[in-house]
Amino acid sequence: MTTTADWLDIGWVDQIPVRGSRTIQVEGGDDIALFRTAEGKVFALLDRCPHKHGRLSQGIVHGGAVACPLHNWRISLSTGEALGEDKGCTPTVPVKIDGGRVLICRASTLKAAA
Amino acid sequence: MEHRPLKPDADTRKHLVVVGNGMAGCRAVEELLARDPDRYRVTIFGAEPRVNYNRIMLSPVLAGEKCFDDIVINDADWYASNGIALIAGDPVAHIDRAAKTVTTRGGTVETYDRLLIATGSDPFIIPVPGKDLPGVIAFRDMDDVDTMLAAADAGGDAVVIGGGLLGLEAAHGLSLRGMKVTVVHLMPTLMERQLDEAAGWLLKNALEARGQTILTGADTAEIVGDGKVEGVKLKNGTLIPASLVVMAVGIRPSTALARDAGLAVGRGIQVDDHMVTSDPAVLAVGECVEHDGQVYGLVAPLWDMCRSLADGLVEKPTGYRGSVTSTKLKVSGIDVFSAGDFSGGDGCEDIVLRDASRGVYKRVIVKDDRIVGAVLYGDTADGNWYFDLLKRQEDVSDLRDLLIFGQAFAAGGGAADPKAAVAALSDDAEICGCNGVTKGQVVSCIAKGAHSLDAVRGTCKASASCGSCTGLVENLLALTLGDGVQSGPKTMCKCTSFGHDDVRREIVAQAMRSIPEVMQKLHWTTPDGCSSCRPALNYYLLCALPGDYVDDQQSRFVNERLHANIQKDGTYSVVPRMWGGLTNPRELRAIADVVERFNAPMVKVTGGQRLDIFGIKKEDLPAVWADLNAAGMVSGHAYGKALRTVKTCVGSEWCRFGTQDSTGLGVKLERMSWGSWMPHKFKIAVSGCPRNCAEATIKDFGVVCVDSGYELHVGGNGGIHVRVTDLLCKVATEQEAMDYCAAFIQLYREEARYLERTAPWIERVGLDYVKAHIVDDDAGREALRARFLYSQSFSQDDPWAQRAEGAEAEHHAPMARFTPQEAFA
Repeated sequence: MTTTADWLDIGWVDQIPVRGSRTIQVEGGDDIALFRTAEGKVFALLDRCPHKHGRLSQGIVHGGAVACPLHNWRISLSTGEALGEDKGCTPTVPVKIDGGRVLICRASTLKAAA
Repeated sequence: MEHRPLKPDADTRKHLVVVGNGMAGCRAVEELLARDPDRYRVTIFGAEPRVNYNRIMLSPVLAGEKCFDDIVINDADWYASNGIALIAGDPVAHIDRAAKTVTTRGGTVETYDRLLIATGSDPFIIPVPGKDLPGVIAFRDMDDVDTMLAAADAGGDAVVIGGGLLGLEAAHGLSLRGMKVTVVHLMPTLMERQLDEAAGWLLKNALEARGQTILTGADTAEIVGDGKVEGVKLKNGTLIPASLVVMAVGIRPSTALARDAGLAVGRGIQVDDHMVTSDPAVLAVGECVEHDGQVYGLVAPLWDMCRSLADGLVEKPTGYRGSVTSTKLKVSGIDVFSAGDFSGGDGCEDIVLRDASRGVYKRVIVKDDRIVGAVLYGDTADGNWYFDLLKRQEDVSDLRDLLIFGQAFAAGGGAADPKAAVAALSDDAEICGCNGVTKGQVVSCIAKGAHSLDAVRGTCKASASCGSCTGLVENLLALTLGDGVQSGPKTMCKCTSFGHDDVRREIVAQAMRSIPEVMQKLHWTTPDGCSSCRPALNYYLLCALPGDYVDDQQSRFVNERLHANIQKDGTYSVVPRMWGGLTNPRELRAIADVVERFNAPMVKVTGGQRLDIFGIKKEDLPAVWADLNAAGMVSGHAYGKALRTVKTCVGSEWCRFGTQDSTGLGVKLERMSWGSWMPHKFKIAVSGCPRNCAEATIKDFGVVCVDSGYELHVGGNGGIHVRVTDLLCKVATEQEAMDYCAAFIQLYREEARYLERTAPWIERVGLDYVKAHIVDDDAGREALRARFLYSQSFSQDDPWAQRAEGAEAEHHAPMARFTPQEAFA
C-alpha cells in the first residue's frame, strides 16, 4: 500500500513508540501528531492542545488519552475532545493501518496545512 | 543426647516454654506480655522455619492478593524486643514431664517451669491408594502454598478434595493462578458445616460460573499416577486428570506429643477452663485442645482461649466458657457468612429472604425469641450484627418483623446509617475476625491516641489483615473522635486506592521490577495508569533499583524525556552545567557559537548562576548538545526532578569576608550529586560567610561557612511559599559537609513522595526525624551516603552525549514531512 489519491503513506507502525508519539511536519501548517496506545491502536490529531496550543505529541499517553505537557489537560485520542472539566477540541485526522503501514487522510492533512 | 541450654544466663524468672509458633502460641504470649511483661522468660519452638504469621491469610497469598510479608503477625523484632527466644525449624519431638524438659528433633533440650502446648492441628489425609504420591499435598502452611504456586506456574489440572472452607479457598486461588480446577466433595452440598442447602447451591453456581468444576456427592477411590500424581479416580469410575491434588477434607487436633507424654487426650488435649491440662505444669491452647467436649477449627475461639490462659498465668483467673463461631469465606467477590446453629429442629423458626436476581439469600434462625444461627449469602453486611445479637442472647421479639432486612431497617432508620450501625454494636462485638479484635478494644486503642486508620492498624491490628472490616474501623474512628480523625495519606491518583507511601513500601517489600508489575500487583484500576502515577512509579522503581531498573521514557514528563525545557511556543531551552557557577572562555565561546548557529533568540543568566539558551527546536537539540559537549559541557538538568544547580559565592579565595572555600566546596558538591533523579527539583548553595550571598538558606540543602566550620541547612525553597531552611547541624570539615549532604539527599530520595520538595517533606516528617537519621545515627548516615554514591555510580552519564551520538533519535526527528505540493500530488 502506498500513497493514493485519498491517503498519505507515513511509515511503519513500529516507528511510533508504544504509549508514545511521533510527529508529521506539514509545511506552512501545524504538525500532526501520531499516537500509539498500549493496546496498539494508532490515532492522529493536530499537534496542538485546544487550551494554549501545547504540543500534544510531547505528552504522556495513557489509556485512550494524552496529557498535554503544558498544563496537563487530558485530550481524547479518538475524538480530540478535552476530558474531565476542561472544554475544547483538537481536530482529528483519519488514520488507518494497512499491512503494518500508517496512512493518514490526505484531505484532512491539507486542511491542517491551510 | 547432649544438653545444650539455649539461654544460659542468670535470668531467675520462671521459664515458660511454648511448643508451637503459630497463631495460638504467639497470641497466648502476646496476651501474657500485655498483662505482665516481666513475669516469665519465654522460649518458643516452631516447626516451620519462619516467624509467626496469620495462617488464615494463606488463602489471599495463594490468590495473589497478599504476599508473605503482609501476613506476618510478629516479625523478628517482636521476638527480640520482648526477649523471646525463638527456635524455628526444629520441632519439639519429646516432652519429659518428670524432668520438666522438652527435646527437639535436632537434640536441643530445654527445661521449663510452665509448658504451653499450641501444636494446632494436622490436615486429615484420607487413606486412599496413592495418597503419598508426589504432587498430593494439604493446605496448611506456607510450604503448601509454595508448592501450589510452583504447580500453578506449570499450569494444567488440579483437583481439590474437599468442598469446605479451606478447599474452596484453595480452589479459588489455584483457579486465579490459571489452573483448571475440579472440586471433589463427598457431601451433597458445599460447606455443609457452615451453610444450609440453599446457600450451598448458590455458592456452587457462583463457583461454576467462574470456571471451576464442582462435583458433589463424589467419593474418592484412589489417586493414580506413576511416580507422581496423574489423576483422581472416583468410586463411580470417573477419572479426573490432575498434576496437583490438594487434600482439604478436614483437620484433626495435633495431639501426638501430648499423648506420648501421658497427658489426658480425647479428641484433643483435654483442658479445664484455664487451659490447664491433666498436668498442672502443662497448659494447652488452640486447635489442639478439647474443652468441655468441644474442639474448634476456627480462629475466633482461639482469641478467647488465649485471654483466659493469660489471665490464669498471671493468677487472675477468669475462665473460658466455650465459643460460638462464625465463618466468612475468603473468596473475593463471593460473600458468604454463617454463624451458630442452622440445622433447625424443635422450636426453631426460620426467617428467610431471597432475592434471586441479586443473588442474595439470608436466613436467620430464631429460637425462644433469640437468634441461634444465621446464614447470609451475597449480602453479608449485617453478619456482625446478627452474630452480636446471637452471642449476647438478645431478645429479638421487638425486632422480629424487620430482623431479616438488617440492622438499618430493624433499628427504625429505613436508610442505612453505617455509623449508627456500629454505634449500636456492643463493646464485645467482634470487629476484626482475622485478629480477634472487639469493638471495645478498637475504641480504647483510639482513646489512647490512635487517631488514624493506620495508627489503629499499627496498634491493635484491627483491619490490618484482610481489610474487610476497614469500613467498621473508620466508622469507629469517626464515632469516637468526631472531626478529629486524621485521614490517611491521599491516594496517589484515581488509578489506585494506595497512597504514595504504601506503593513505595510494597515496591520494596515485594521486590517489584517494572511499572506493569506494580499496577498488576497493586490492582491498578486503569490499564496503564495516568500522567500522575506513571512518572511517580518510574521514579520509585529507579530509586529502589539503582543500575538495574530500565527507565520508562514514556512515563517521563516531556522535559525529562527530551532533556530540555519545553517553552510555551513548543521550542526548548537548553542550560549547560557550569560547576558551582564557574565558567571559562572556551565554554562561553561554545555557548555564543550555539546561539548564533541555531538562531537562538535569547540567552539569559538564570537564578542558579547558569546560562539559559532559549528558542531551540526539538530537531536541533542533538546538534546543540554535540557542540556543547565538544567544549566539555554536560547537561545541566535544568529540566528535571533532579539536582539542579549548586550556587556559590566567591568565598575565601577572593572575598575579604570569606571564611572557607565556598566555591571549591560548591564544585565538589555538584560533582558528587549531579545526574541524580529526585522526587522533585533539588537546589544547593554554598555561602562563604553568614552574609550569605549565595542565598543558601532558601535552598534544599544550604551550606553557610563560618570560621569554625560549616553550618548545614535543609528544607528551604523560594517559590510561591518561601521557606527558610532549618539548621540541621554544624560540622567541622569539608568532607563531613559532603557526607551529610549525600546522606540527606538519599533520605529525601528514599522517603519523600514524588513531587514533594524538601520543604513540605520536612514539615510533614519533622526536623527531628531528619536529625535522628542524619545527625544522631552515624551508622545510618553512613549507610545512606553509601547508597547515594552507589546510585550515583549509574547516573552520572551525560544524557546529552548519548543523544548527540544518535541515541533515541525518534524523540527528535519527525516521522515524515510534507510540503503542500507533495500532499496535492
